[in-house]
Amino acid sequence: MKLTGAEILIECLKREGVKTVFALPGGVVLKIFDMLHQQKDIEVVLTRHEQGAGHMAEGYAKATGKAGVCLVTSGPGMTNVITALADAYMDSVPMVCFTGQVPTSLIGNDAFQEADNIGLSRPCTKYNFLVKNVADLATTIKEAFYIATTGRPGPVLVDIPKDVSMDKAEFTYPSSVSIRSYNPVYEGNKWQIKQAAEAMTKAKKPILYVGGGVIFSGASQELLELAELTHMPVDMTLMGLGAFPGEHPQSLGMLGMHGTYCANMAMHYSDLVVAIGARFDDRVTGKVSEFCPHAKVIHIDIDPTSIRKNVNVDIPIVGDCKTVLRELLQILRATVNGDQRELRKPWWNQLREWQQANPLAYQQAADGPTKPQYVIKRLYELTKDLDPIVSTDVGQHQMWAAQYFKLAKPNRWLTSGGLGTMGFGFPAAMGAQAAFPGRLVLCIAGDGSIQMNMQEMATAVVHKLPVKIIVLNNRFHGMVRQWQDLFYEGRYASSDLEATPDFVKLAEAYGAVGLRASKPSEIDDVLKEAIAVNKPVIVDVPTYRYENVYPMIPAGGCNHEMLLEDPPALKSKQAGSGQVTPKDSDTILTA
Amino acid sequence: MEHIISITVENKFGSLSRVAGLFSGRGFNIESLSVAPTLDPSMSQMTIVTSGDDRIIEQIVKQLNKLIDVIKVVDLNESDFVSRETALIKVHTRPEDRAEALRIADIFRANVIDSTPATYTIEVTGDPHKIEAIINLLQPLGIKELTRTGRVAVARESIRSASLQAKKVARE
Repeated sequence: MKLTGAEILIECLKREGVKTVFALPGGVVLKIFDMLHQQKDIEVVLTRHEQGAGHMAEGYAKATGKAGVCLVTSGPGMTNVITALADAYMDSVPMVCFTGQVPTSLIGNDAFQEADNIGLSRPCTKYNFLVKNVADLATTIKEAFYIATTGRPGPVLVDIPKDVSMDKAEFTYPSSVSIRSYNPVYEGNKWQIKQAAEAMTKAKKPILYVGGGVIFSGASQELLELAELTHMPVDMTLMGLGAFPGEHPQSLGMLGMHGTYCANMAMHYSDLVVAIGARFDDRVTGKVSEFCPHAKVIHIDIDPTSIRKNVNVDIPIVGDCKTVLRELLQILRATVNGDQRELRKPWWNQLREWQQANPLAYQQAADGPTKPQYVIKRLYELTKDLDPIVSTDVGQHQMWAAQYFKLAKPNRWLTSGGLGTMGFGFPAAMGAQAAFPGRLVLCIAGDGSIQMNMQEMATAVVHKLPVKIIVLNNRFHGMVRQWQDLFYEGRYASSDLEATPDFVKLAEAYGAVGLRASKPSEIDDVLKEAIAVNKPVIVDVPTYRYENVYPMIPAGGCNHEMLLEDPPALKSKQAGSGQVTPKDSDTILTA
Repeated sequence: MEHIISITVENKFGSLSRVAGLFSGRGFNIESLSVAPTLDPSMSQMTIVTSGDDRIIEQIVKQLNKLIDVIKVVDLNESDFVSRETALIKVHTRPEDRAEALRIADIFRANVIDSTPATYTIEVTGDPHKIEAIINLLQPLGIKELTRTGRVAVARESIRSASLQAKKVARE
């Protein structure tokens, strides 16, 4: 039977198991929306801005491990979704973005709402397609999902001109795809794996450095077994949080610029770094020339370009984390015995010493201003048994969430790592909530970044996506202010927001619930109330304005040289800032 | 160090811009680039002359391989290769210079492919040194226009595999 392009698109989505499409209509995609309107299998979540649609697709993908799907119109619709595509590209998020295009006869004529979607998206997608003939549509969509979800995942864009969505063609969905120039490698080189296993048996001071690749390949179980079998400590990247249980005694927490003292010291002094699904980003390596000076490096990654891009690697293994870890385990189960535990005893003693010397710390006075870390710690303790999904925006609150919210399982952590996109958190949380309507989804945000996609509150209310937003409100672009305090002599150039909206009223204006916790003693009750509500909620928490994130490795600094607290000059300046700084004597809590 | 990279890509619209965009986006250098269809019209052959240290060249090769449209990448510097470039040089010729221009063309085994009373257009093929040399010699006469193709290159066949191939052909 012959179907229109729009019908073919919908049939393809059904066959790919797509249940939700995040979308915003426009002239050239009306036919597609018209057909979506007349069916019941796929829910259309109408967003208020295309960037929101893109991030929702990302959140959906990160929480489910499946490709997220968004659909936008030509021209401004497409340019608005670019930020989300770039974000997904950096963080390897599987996503298929359908864009409308002007009719093929008008392409290149500067038609109304025309943009060069292929040219614009080329540097921020894994691949993109312009479908010029409706007969190619089904195969193209199949290839798009295949490319997005295999190898190192990423966003794929399919550009559909208006006439292609209306033209008819015979519909057959290909059962498989073969692209001669695209054959991702899943199996690691056996000899290299053997070398790696040997190095892992012999090392005295090894460290596992794990990233988001472990989560996308579903290798958490294998990682847990590997760590326990070999008695190795585990450092996680920002993207890798949840890959290994945060409360596990072998977890050292996050590493990098704002990683824990112990995690960074462990990297610097280790004799064997085992990188799994991580890419040695500059926020992790610090000064490359002095990165892990004593270590041999094993690097397991499905993307060959990640290997030796930033640092030298002694044993490279190109392959899928899960497949490679299984192979490794098979060898190690036979070779590892009690000796490793004995061999690594001094290393573990050293690690415990570091942990005790400089744990994550903050001071919360009972009647003083609320500390942001305290809010996250309470949020964590109140919700951990509910197995929540946690999203964040970008900035100080993101780093505190990464430090204090210890995730137990993978696919619970939605954050923008590579691109650092403010405005990511709320729509990403909505995407996850759309995938899992019954789960608790938290969005930890700052007052700066929440305002970047606030308009999606209307979407959340209409589609009954009861995301709980906790705004750590310091009326600053806090991370910018922190850098200005540390590196720009405290000149707050454009970081003081001066006026922020009343978030309680703002939530109510949208028909959501607004709550506020004005002092530390109110935090628990307000958070509990928010969790109990079956509606989107904004919890506004005014916090101490000048709190800084520590530890901190200044950009380009060396991993073992961390700032652990405000330098003395900064402390005295803040003491005179009019804000009450807590005294040691009235400390009620340290992490 | 200069490297010549030979790339086989899908002969589709946009393949060239994907390759060129990769170089510009990652700050890699392109000295010259040439592209044309292969014997199989569904594929194109690109020859890119680039430069960089070992780490950069390794990244260039890996990043090219990662592009979905790229079928094969060969760094020709890893073995022996031959490379050629063609230049078309339109040179001013006053009556007293015409013989000199022809002599120079002759030395370089170049051809005059167009001639007017005041100009010769000379076609020359060779390695870059040869092209540079003829340009230097013609410059005093006055070069009106110059266009170069960029290099194309192919790996040298090893003697052993060539003789095996010959035997195989002979047997057939």
